Amino acid sequence: MKLRQSLSLVLTAVTLALGAPFASGQQQPTIRIEGSGQVSNIAVTDFRASGAAQPFMASFNATVLADLQGSPLVKVIPKTLYPLQFPQTATDLLPAQASGPRTQVGLHLTDWNLPPINANYLGFGYGVDQNGQFIVFGYFYNTSPGMPSIQQAQVFGKPYTATLDEAGVTRVAHQYAADILAQFGGKSLVGTRIVFVSDRTGNKEIWSMNYDGTDQRQLTHYNTISTFPSVSPDGKKLAFTSWLRGRPEIVLFSLDTLRRLPFYNQQASMNAFVDFTPDSKRVIFSSTANGGAAQLFTANVDGSDLHRLSSSNTIEVEPKINPKTGAEIAFVSGRTGLPQVYRMSIEGADLQRLSNGEGEATNPAWAPDGLHLAFAWTKGFEPGNYNIFVMDVPTRNIVQLTSNEGRNENPSWAPDNAHIAYASKRGAKSQIWVMGADGRGKQQLTNQGSNEKPVWVQAVQ
Amino acid sequence: MTKRTLSIGLAAAAIFALTIGCGPKKTKTPPPQTPMTNTAPPSQPPPEGAPAIAFFTAEPTTIEKSQPSQLRWSVTNATNVQIDHGVGEVSPNGRRAVYPTATTTYTLTASGPGGPTQIASATVTVATPPPPPGPPPTSTRTVSELVAQLQDLHFDYDKSDVRPEDQAVLTADVAALKTIFANFPNVTITVEGHCDERGSAEYNIGLGDRRASATKDALVALGVSGDKLKTVSFGKERPICTDATESCYQQNRRAHFSAGQ
Repeated sequence: MKLRQSLSLVLTAVTLALGAPFASGQQQPTIRIEGSGQVSNIAVTDFRASGAAQPFMASFNATVLADLQGSPLVKVIPKTLYPLQFPQTATDLLPAQASGPRTQVGLHLTDWNLPPINANYLGFGYGVDQNGQFIVFGYFYNTSPGMPSIQQAQVFGKPYTATLDEAGVTRVAHQYAADILAQFGGKSLVGTRIVFVSDRTGNKEIWSMNYDGTDQRQLTHYNTISTFPSVSPDGKKLAFTSWLRGRPEIVLFSLDTLRRLPFYNQQASMNAFVDFTPDSKRVIFSSTANGGAAQLFTANVDGSDLHRLSSSNTIEVEPKINPKTGAEIAFVSGRTGLPQVYRMSIEGADLQRLSNGEGEATNPAWAPDGLHLAFAWTKGFEPGNYNIFVMDVPTRNIVQLTSNEGRNENPSWAPDNAHIAYASKRGAKSQIWVMGADGRGKQQLTNQGSNEKPVWVQAVQ
Repeated sequence: MTKRTLSIGLAAAAIFALTIGCGPKKTKTPPPQTPMTNTAPPSQPPPEGAPAIAFFTAEPTTIEKSQPSQLRWSVTNATNVQIDHGVGEVSPNGRRAVYPTATTTYTLTASGPGGPTQIASATVTVATPPPPPGPPPTSTRTVSELVAQLQDLHFDYDKSDVRPEDQAVLTADVAALKTIFANFPNVTITVEGHCDERGSAEYNIGLGDRRASATKDALVALGVSGDKLKTVSFGKERPICTDATESCYQQNRRAHFSAGQ
């Protein structure tokens, strides 16, 4: 996850729109927000570790510093100004000195608030190697002398866990930096989860996990095929497609209670692939309720008030509503032969093909900004050899994010608009991976059974 | 397990060779090879001796057109094991269902650095289909026995039309279905539509649905009662073969029959 989360929305959008298609030999544009009022000064000490974790700390510290320095939200005080002593854990902190000569300079929070440092906040911590896992304890404190106690000066303090390797260490460094920037309005991925499909129990069931791959939980126990998950934007409902009654049908689930909610399935050989409107009140899905090939329909969130949206005699699946505007739908259709990505208005008008007709294009996924669309495309390869691409929809410029890394499908954008989860099949089994929206920093999150169809959402079960 | 060497039987009704390849041949960057799921797991150290074929058999040796016959083989000390007629490269120990439409002699070629290449063959004889089974003895047979007689129809890539070469299968299925419905009036039959692994899982749900419904339409056009046939798509969720080869893809692009719920 190399993309700088600090600049998340704006920079990503601008990078993708302007630079990325031809970025290979060019500098990416940089953005400076000048004169936007007071910016907090922060000091972040170098984290230390012993044993097997020690060799990775230079990389950890460099990544944190780069993320923070790259953000317009904070000003990082140069480390050359820091005292020789500094805390590594919360218990190292000493209460503020009432008077007298200053001793143990650096272990009092207020030391950092004084010249020449003048930091408003202090970050510190340490890393450990625990049975081959890399754990970082990261702290962040307010250094203001007005804080009544050390406890109340703490903004956050928590452990970050990763694999003990370069990728894992880099990832937790990004997380720690993102948590700091989140205090100043930066979009953080912390708390976001990825809903996905796993067959590790012997059947495809719906699972969810933290966006870093931790805390993997099974949500359904239907012992049949349950797949194609989606989550309502309000985070309350999970929809998926299940063969519970023999045929593919839509199942709606409350994420508050983890119980099934009523959904009226049309009398049809298939009802599948739900997406929600931005207000979470209506759904759009694919059904054979018309009697022919699967077509797109819209209905209330309980399946009532059905309206047909498309009318072709070819297969139409995967409707995805633009989450920003709510006014258009991307979907997959076989109207011109092999499956391609199309868009039309939410009323079913103004049809346009977005993909260029080459090969097979499928799995459209809108970015939160409503301008970018990730999709899977066989461009240049035989059927089945998909890679992930991102299209800047207004200009139709396309960037390729994966190549020579197996079969890559089902992209899903993170809420920060800067990362993408996807399924990559590099052996017999598919696994969930994440990467920056520029294709950098790829990291595998799952390894038990075969895992697919990731959907990156704000916090859910 | 029978180990019989086979003689070539009647070379009669053979019209169509086993050219079931319809999708384009893979040429570059194939997806990662899926290992055989039905092979014995013992590890295979680098071969030291000459390649040897312990056995290569077909069971049964005589089938009706498009019925399955199981090829089984065991090879030692080989680094490359190939079977012709579209099966392709295989692991040293394994089995594979084949669906020849005409009498076919399969040749297994085992090569390795330790010695000369070995060849063995097994012939699957395709008997002329007997006249459609008449109803008389069926009353003594169970529904599942009768359903097991229904033959799969196969499809081209991204297509759901019943192929002209499947007309004989379709005709046999019509007769069998009529027998089933005549003897078991309460039974419904489910037509399952399946796809190969290459398209997206989502699109394949729609495609499997088209295959099931095209099969149902063709059966109804030949006089089968439509209200006793249900359709369901499994897309690519229930493959019968998991190799990344055209012959495997072809086996998965099918309409299959099962007893209704």
